[in-house]
Amino acid sequence: MPEIKNYTMNFGPQHPAAHGVLRLILELDGEVVEHADPHVGLLHRGTEKLAESKPFNQSIGYMDRLDYVSMMCNEHAYVRAIEQLLGIEAPIRAQYIRTMFDEITRVRNHLMWIGTHGLDLGAMALFLYAFREREQCMDMYEAVSGARMHATYYRPGGVYRDLPDHMPQYQESKWTKGKNLAYANEWREGSLLDFIDAFADDFPSKIAEYRTLLQDNRIWKQRTVGIGVVSPEQAKAWGFTGPMLRGSGVAWDLRKKQTYAAYDKVDFDVPVGVNGDCYDRYLVRMEEMVQSTRIIKQCVEWLRNNPGPVMVDEYKVAPPDREMMKEDMESMIHHFKLFTEGYTVPAGEVYTAVEAPKGEFGVYMISDDSNKPFRLKLRAPGFAHLSAMNDMVKGHMLADVVAVIGTMDIVFGEIDR
Amino acid sequence: MSNFKYQISKDLAAKLPDVEIVETTNGVTCTVPLEAWVETARLLRDDKAFQFEQCVDVCGVDYLTFGEAEWQTDGVSSTGFSRGIKAKGPGRFSWHERREESMPNRFAVVAQLLSVALNHRLTIKCFAPDEGMLMVPSLIDVWPGVNWFEREAFDLFGIIFKGHPDLRRILTDYGFIGHPFRKDFPLIGNVEVIYDEEQQRVVYQPVSIEPRVLVPKTIRRDSRYVENMNDQEAS
Repeated sequence: MPEIKNYTMNFGPQHPAAHGVLRLILELDGEVVEHADPHVGLLHRGTEKLAESKPFNQSIGYMDRLDYVSMMCNEHAYVRAIEQLLGIEAPIRAQYIRTMFDEITRVRNHLMWIGTHGLDLGAMALFLYAFREREQCMDMYEAVSGARMHATYYRPGGVYRDLPDHMPQYQESKWTKGKNLAYANEWREGSLLDFIDAFADDFPSKIAEYRTLLQDNRIWKQRTVGIGVVSPEQAKAWGFTGPMLRGSGVAWDLRKKQTYAAYDKVDFDVPVGVNGDCYDRYLVRMEEMVQSTRIIKQCVEWLRNNPGPVMVDEYKVAPPDREMMKEDMESMIHHFKLFTEGYTVPAGEVYTAVEAPKGEFGVYMISDDSNKPFRLKLRAPGFAHLSAMNDMVKGHMLADVVAVIGTMDIVFGEIDR
Repeated sequence: MSNFKYQISKDLAAKLPDVEIVETTNGVTCTVPLEAWVETARLLRDDKAFQFEQCVDVCGVDYLTFGEAEWQTDGVSSTGFSRGIKAKGPGRFSWHERREESMPNRFAVVAQLLSVALNHRLTIKCFAPDEGMLMVPSLIDVWPGVNWFEREAFDLFGIIFKGHPDLRRILTDYGFIGHPFRKDFPLIGNVEVIYDEEQQRVVYQPVSIEPRVLVPKTIRRDSRYVENMNDQEAS
């Protein structure tokens, strides 16, 4: 009889189910995983060190490129850290805009997650549906910042500019004309808020479509129920946050518990799982999208009725408007100093965290009275989640590794930083 | 939040007499002596008044060049302000020009704790020894989740975590030399990879770019914060 031995297999870094550049060294006994050793860092760009060599505002764009499917939430953590060190607070309208865009970001992120997670587990159609809706969220980003993904929209002291009055429309082209054009522009007749409102009205029906495809789907349940079970104690000890922690039944959400922006002024529920397996985490994330839609609706309503400033009235931090710059010497000096040297931030250290779609995204910042951060540490939720990979997949089949990677909602931009 | 800060500072002072407690803008930082690092962590996890069951982050800090400005306009002459740039920051030198420097309390390890049960946070900090091995006890027996965070601090700062079962590099390349987040590591790095036509493979070569800094680091103690600073000094 031949001797049966364990063998070691290399998974990734170019495997489509590795969600980027994850390299896994798997020790297999037949098809059962004995040990998994994730090798990360293939996307390490040294964002924190780069930020230490630049004035504070020049690093906001780098935050978009961390978790590149939930851009504005990363920016939010970073600008909040600066705001707290400076001792300034964004105007209420900016807080509502941030709340709304954080939730649009959450919807975007979860759509990306459900699409790719479904794709990995064999639900091809869902990917196409999810990306159809994600495109509309990208248009919201584009309308407000000019960029579909890397927005650089949040600034210390508020947001870059107010919401536009007109939603850009599709022009007639060879492919989009007549009925198609009218359909494409159906929601785009009014302002951005009208567009977002129409989206929020429509989106719950789309979530229902995804649920039709997955919720009671036998294959989907076979692939997710009872896979990657994490107990609440383990989840806490491993430093899990966000849906990974809530899926295990711990009712912990920074938006409720350590509230920020305008989250204390809007009404929403926090879904919590029971069994802590991949299916519960799927249920949690799906319900989070519904709750995000609720928050978006409330923010749209408030923003429609309450015009006002979106940036602090403090020219040491925020640039003066162009008209003033042309007429007023002091404004010009402010503008010049702000864009050459930046502003200095009082010495001190601060840790701020936001509830990013993947979990707690934290920024630990040390300032030494200068115009650049002395030390910036970005706490990425995915980093803690992936570190528990070995414990989560031990004893599962090789195919379940893919389900666990999917349920962790891994993005390498934030893990490798 | 201020109530919470007061309460936790009081509890900390009562239970841990030898830690130094500083209240920051939005939280509390306590500096723990090296020898008490693990016991303090265990107490913070297990004590009913703290219950920090999560350690959300561990990171290293290199305090070299802390508070050193690069742009100093101290003297005024008939031709203008003095514009002396002191070449110190990581963007201003390359690998072979780097200086081996030491200073007291240069490296620190900072951990962010979170209590889900009591809904509060705490930052704990510990300075690595100045002489001998740069070694700090590992927190892995208290919170298993710190595994990768300590590997990262080892990789980027060269801090050795005593008792860590698997202290390998994590973010840098296989066979990387140096600890890139130290302040005496050049921003441009040391080597770059190119595809070598003759050898038909990717090879390392010394970096071909020059160090440069577009905006110098400036320190201004703005009058707006003078009031705050006085408060901090008084407390």
